[in-house]
Amino acid sequence: MSGLRMSNWLIVYVGLFLLFLYAPAILLPLFAFNDSAVISFPLAGFTWQWFATVVDNESLHRATRNSLIVAVSTAVFATTLGVFAARAGTRFSFPGKRGMMGLVMVPMVLPEIIIGVSMLVVVLQLGLSLSLMTIILGHVLICTPFSTAILGAAFQGLDRSLEEASIDLGRTRLTTFLLITLPLVLPGIIASLLLAFTISLDEFIIAFFLTGTEATLPVYIWGQLRFPQRIPGLMALGTILLVVSLLLLVCAEYFRRRAARNMGRGEQRELF
Amino acid sequence: MSETVNPTLPIIRTVAVDKSFGSVEALRSVSLEIEQGKFFTLVGPSGCGKTTLLRVMAGFEQPTRGQVFIDGKSMEGVPANKRPTNMVFQSYAVFPHMNVGENIAYGLRSKKTPADRIATLVAEALEMVGLAGYQNRPSHALSGGQRQRVALARALVLKPKVLLLDEPLSALDKKLREQMQSELRNLQRNVGITFVLVTHDQEEALTMSDQIAVIFGGEIAQVASPEILYRRPNSREVADFVGVMNFLNVSVLSEHGTRRRVEVEGLGIVEIEEDQAPRGLVGDIVAGVRPEQFTILFEDRASADRCCSGTVTEIQYFGDMTYYAAKLEGCDKTVTISMRNTAGRRTLGPGDKADIGWRSESVLILS
Repeated sequence: MSGLRMSNWLIVYVGLFLLFLYAPAILLPLFAFNDSAVISFPLAGFTWQWFATVVDNESLHRATRNSLIVAVSTAVFATTLGVFAARAGTRFSFPGKRGMMGLVMVPMVLPEIIIGVSMLVVVLQLGLSLSLMTIILGHVLICTPFSTAILGAAFQGLDRSLEEASIDLGRTRLTTFLLITLPLVLPGIIASLLLAFTISLDEFIIAFFLTGTEATLPVYIWGQLRFPQRIPGLMALGTILLVVSLLLLVCAEYFRRRAARNMGRGEQRELF
Repeated sequence: MSETVNPTLPIIRTVAVDKSFGSVEALRSVSLEIEQGKFFTLVGPSGCGKTTLLRVMAGFEQPTRGQVFIDGKSMEGVPANKRPTNMVFQSYAVFPHMNVGENIAYGLRSKKTPADRIATLVAEALEMVGLAGYQNRPSHALSGGQRQRVALARALVLKPKVLLLDEPLSALDKKLREQMQSELRNLQRNVGITFVLVTHDQEEALTMSDQIAVIFGGEIAQVASPEILYRRPNSREVADFVGVMNFLNVSVLSEHGTRRRVEVEGLGIVEIEEDQAPRGLVGDIVAGVRPEQFTILFEDRASADRCCSGTVTEIQYFGDMTYYAAKLEGCDKTVTISMRNTAGRRTLGPGDKADIGWRSESVLILS
């Protein structure tokens, strides 16, 4: 960073800003290792015991399993839909295309509470019972725009003449898609899977409305907050989730950048 | 090299091909015959429809009206992957996730060629384009010129009846482009496959082709050999596009059978033959003279049969050539004159008087 020197005030401002952003996240692991059932300073000492309660908790395991089922299904469905939408949006022109692509992206900005309430009404009106399936439905709705955006960039960067060359060399449209298009957008697909998985894993509001008897992890955590003695255990769980989410996001960004590089177009717009 | 081609038929024939994209007419009634084994070039300014015509031949675009025949067979409803043509794309379209060998084997694999045969054919193709032993190179490690060769080998290894090339040299720098021009020309002679090249560079078209089709605004303006195209362009537009042309006002004096007398501004009365006025002497006509058809006379006055005088207004020095702009005496026209800088020849400077020699067969009447 050359050029203008940052003034002292600007440095203070940036420092405060970063503290505000990240202090709560840092408190989480801090108390997860604190040897006291009360969440307050001063810290009492180092312990692994809260992590042990996480390992022993049967209903927590159940919630984790549910969350994984929901997150994996959501990732697969949202990415599949995203591939269709992105492909249509970049390769074909049809009447009302702009409007339609816009509608695909709208759930990204709709308040989740609105989506949660309205989906609950629809599900109940249809006479369906609440289950993991209904949560998956809600999560696919909010993840598809993200998948479409990531995959849209991947398809956009794909040189159209690569596909034409494949057809020209005697392949059909289908084998061209499998041998040329898919391998070249694969990093984009992986990035989309990871991002949708991460969003679904820690989504609370929609899951809260659409959960039946089987809770996902965030809904389970919410339920546990009524018991003060379990809070340090939740801190430990939160720490684990934080680390897993961060790792997944780093992976997603790595694959997205690799997709951009593969196309030989250098860096495209940054997502993070 | 290509199998069962009837040598008497044109290898590609387009009959009154129209192509519209929405309300834009990209091609208008294009009828062309391309002879087997020739290096054929489609040349025109950008947006003239030359690439569209190539894509119609390849099967990537369907003509709105009209028909395309390849080797005598109608291509109506025949998709690109079933046509006996292969294409070299402007961006080369070398598959980035495959190495050089896999790229070249790609088309052979779709034809279910046995594996040991593929290895031989790939090695031969690479040798043909001067990349012997490059099988295992990753595509991203190739330079522009090497990519171009891989794209060529990948298409030629399938032994198509026609190779279509879409501005294949436009992305290369000048030196490499000139080298590739002569390599492409030699390659075409060696394999004997018909090449159809698209370019916007008229110089490239002249140096490489057997036949050239000039396209303006979606229509064929002229089809001719490079020499005819340069020496006897059939319209003012073609003359202006191919090379440099001096245009001078002209009026018809008399027309008796094959003998025509015209008066050209600054040059005087000229008697011309029939082929010097390809479209006759009617309508809005103008006289054209190429810069090298004028000679600045230093001592050797005898070499020109006609002479006029002028004043040099500007010179451009190119090393081997000098281009003069000279204002002709008796009129307000400035003409461009090119002179080879042979041993001992002087160059003139602005303001110098010059005697300009020319011959009556150098004058073209264009409309």
